[in-house]
Amino acid sequence: MRQEVLRADDLIVQYPGHVALNDVSLKIGESEVVAILGANGSGKSTFVRACLGLTPFESGKVQLFGTDLHEFDEWNRVGYVPQRIHDTAGIPATVWEVVESGRLSHGWLRRYNSNDREKIKHAIEVVGLKESCSYSINTLSGGQYQRVLIARALAGEPDLLFLDEPTAGVDLATQQIFTEALKHLVEGGTTVVLVSHDLGPLRTLISRAVMFREGHMEYDGSPEAEVIDRHIFHDHPHGDFPKQGEWLI
Amino acid sequence: MSMIAAFDFLEPAFMQRALLAAAIVGLCAPLVGIFLVQRRLSLMGDGLGHIALTGVALGFLLQTNPVATAVIVASIGSVVVELIRSYGRTSGDVALAVLFYGGIAGGVLLIGLSSKRSNANLLSYLFGSLTTVSRFDLWMIFSLAMVIFLVTIFLKRPLFALCIDPEFAQVSGVPVKALSMVLAVLTAVTVTISMRVVGLLLVSALMIIPVASAQQLSASFTGTRLKASMIGIVGALTGVIMSFYVDLAPGALIVVLIIMFFILTIGFTFFARRHNVQPHPS
Repeated sequence: MRQEVLRADDLIVQYPGHVALNDVSLKIGESEVVAILGANGSGKSTFVRACLGLTPFESGKVQLFGTDLHEFDEWNRVGYVPQRIHDTAGIPATVWEVVESGRLSHGWLRRYNSNDREKIKHAIEVVGLKESCSYSINTLSGGQYQRVLIARALAGEPDLLFLDEPTAGVDLATQQIFTEALKHLVEGGTTVVLVSHDLGPLRTLISRAVMFREGHMEYDGSPEAEVIDRHIFHDHPHGDFPKQGEWLI
Repeated sequence: MSMIAAFDFLEPAFMQRALLAAAIVGLCAPLVGIFLVQRRLSLMGDGLGHIALTGVALGFLLQTNPVATAVIVASIGSVVVELIRSYGRTSGDVALAVLFYGGIAGGVLLIGLSSKRSNANLLSYLFGSLTTVSRFDLWMIFSLAMVIFLVTIFLKRPLFALCIDPEFAQVSGVPVKALSMVLAVLTAVTVTISMRVVGLLLVSALMIIPVASAQQLSASFTGTRLKASMIGIVGALTGVIMSFYVDLAPGALIVVLIIMFFILTIGFTFFARRHNVQPHPS
């Protein structure tokens, strides 16, 4: 068995009024590329958030790289691309400034050195935004902004990367750039956990599919096209989850 | 008019102190304000100003320096506000209101109990009293401003991450709660050092409005911060100098000046957009 990177045992997450995650257990090994599929409200985002400690769980246990989540501190090994909220009204920040914060996981009090700058530069290049380094994120399109968020996660060089609906509402060009970037990572041995309701070009990378329905895990196995197709819903693409930020007021 | 006459506002010692205090506060208030704007907490400074009033009154009552007691009370208040904010939901909003208005009421009551029963005294803290800034006040303002300056520079990246995307910051291993607390205390300290310049009721203006102007004129966070501080310094100095000649309250003048500049920047951006002049082509 490959080394266990993520392990969730009997996770239960409750929101006011309903059970969002009901007794979910999952083990993910090194270098796996797992797609977490399901309709809106099926609990797939909640699962990822619980694994990252962003949503508290009633009961159960999460381990990252063999360490209990509550004691886990190797955050430089974990990357996260949150569900996109493109807020163009905030303080301007350049593409570089946002991607730069991806290196914080390697020590948040540290001064950045040339190695950091190299990684930041590389991450921006990988997502094809080299020319836009000094643009304000407020002037970017939705797809470009999504690429910035991906570059931010790449800059941290994670061993385990969580992506929450990375391609939702993103143009095909971005989806392809994104697939290429991810392929690069996967080849380097990064474990990927990808929440999606619409895989698109990413489908080629997936080594395993997990299907959620109404808080339960319904399927866990090979990502055969017919299995995925049977489970993918296209009915209501967004809004299955409180917007990012609502939990940490 | 000779050169010396042109700078006659520099002659009185109180004006020198007033200008120094105004410049220091004009520089530092936006350095903290930019993070508050980013976190949608623009009115946090205002609320802490209310709480600081209790501190000022406590200073009167104990017959010590009111700036010192205000720093302490406002900092304690900021920690409580941050705790309520991070744990509370709807009730948190009410709790904040209680704290803020409790601060004002407590201040007025404590002043009533103190021997220096003077409304003029209270008013000087509510609306600023630059010309009465003492040497001790100036030292206090200077040293606390240094703390604000260094902390916001040193913690720029984690604070930026916290304010732009707190969940990402948390997953990056940034101690989000502790850092929020640091930001709250920094806000409290900024409020208290700014109160002599613009007054507790106008403190938030000096933290927020230069940032709001600067963000219209910049493409980057660093640029916004730099411009906001420049607007803060220039606005504060201009206000003080004008007040010397026209004999109006410097605090109010400063705030009116930076608001006028804000309206100008809005007009400028509107014009630039209509003519498709963008700071950066996309």
